[in-house]
Amino acid sequence: MIISVASGKGGTGKTTVATNMALALGEKVELLDCDVEEPNAHLFLKPQITRTEKVETPIPLIDLEKCTACRKCSDICRFNAIAVVGKKVLVFPELCHSCGGCMVVCPEKAIVETGRELGTISYGHRNGIRFINGRLRVGEAMSPPLIRKVRAAADPERVTIIDAPPGTSCPVIAAMNGADFILMVTEPTPFGLHDLRLAVGAVRVLGIPCGLVVNRSDIGDQKVFAYAESEGLPILMTIPFDRRIAEIYSRGKAIVEEMPEWKERFVDLYRKIEALATSRSGASQCVK
Amino acid sequence: MKIAVTSAGTQLESEVDPRFGRARYILIVDPETLAFEALDNSANVSAFQGSGISAATMVSDKGAEVLLTGYCGPKAYLTLDAAGIKVVSDISGTVMDAVNAFKNGKVTYATEANKDSHW
Repeated sequence: MIISVASGKGGTGKTTVATNMALALGEKVELLDCDVEEPNAHLFLKPQITRTEKVETPIPLIDLEKCTACRKCSDICRFNAIAVVGKKVLVFPELCHSCGGCMVVCPEKAIVETGRELGTISYGHRNGIRFINGRLRVGEAMSPPLIRKVRAAADPERVTIIDAPPGTSCPVIAAMNGADFILMVTEPTPFGLHDLRLAVGAVRVLGIPCGLVVNRSDIGDQKVFAYAESEGLPILMTIPFDRRIAEIYSRGKAIVEEMPEWKERFVDLYRKIEALATSRSGASQCVK
Repeated sequence: MKIAVTSAGTQLESEVDPRFGRARYILIVDPETLAFEALDNSANVSAFQGSGISAATMVSDKGAEVLLTGYCGPKAYLTLDAAGIKVVSDISGTVMDAVNAFKNGKVTYATEANKDSHW
């Protein structure tokens, strides 16, 4: 079971929901912080980090002895990462998307693979909860390859909770694609609703069952609730705008540990997700 | 010899387009005869990334030895430099004004990009 916690708008409470659900469920889960541009789940889970490794993405290295400047590599590159001017070949590593096309088309076998550092992946644990996060190298523009590497480290035997980045672009898709359920954390404000609509649109394209957590549910307006109803999106949990919760968060602590009544609510949230994920997949199998 | 000038239009009277990689047109001009060819750069205007690199390759393929433009970014400069093309940046006015300035020797060749990368 893979649950991706996403939102559209940033700052709605993805990390709060992801970390508290992980802590409520305990040993059988793993938490993957895929918000690699600003990972922060570790601040709340407080895992013991046991290992950190560098991650690279493959980029071309051209053997100028063999190269005939035929331009097949620069012609196939959609990203202008290779330029051939006269007899000179230039590679722009930061533009390369690691598709490998240049290596395939080179008739002289003059292109070999080297690497560009994407960032690091750290592994750790807390009370039996497995923890992995990615941290994008400062200056690196492409986060999806790193997000995919973090996800590749997932343990299929565990319930995987993914803390996704905000937005609706490639990094979010990389953090949602292939998940069994998308948990959208939103807030009842016009900004929250605007970005939620965009994010739900992306989830619909991916065809993954989806449900909502409405955070700070007693502020703003009621439009998000009307939207959820009209779209058939189940609201699986509401979290009030409560000073105690805000204080727990601001001290980097877990709601389920400081306010034990919330532990059962997060376990219940998972039970609802489990039921929706399995029943929806059952329904789609019937359609086939 | 041929020189390349970034242009908002297809004529020598057109205004210089200050951008290099995403210029609307690039005019390849013979400064002596004023014979010219207007290259449609629209593919690079809408490129996702690397427009300067691609435009530099195009200018090199046309055999231009000098580029007159407003702004030139680091990857474009690197590509132009590899192609042996001299760059004059901070050009404005019409294409004709730029060509005249070049003919009268009133241009200074750049030694580096004058615009940051667009990340």
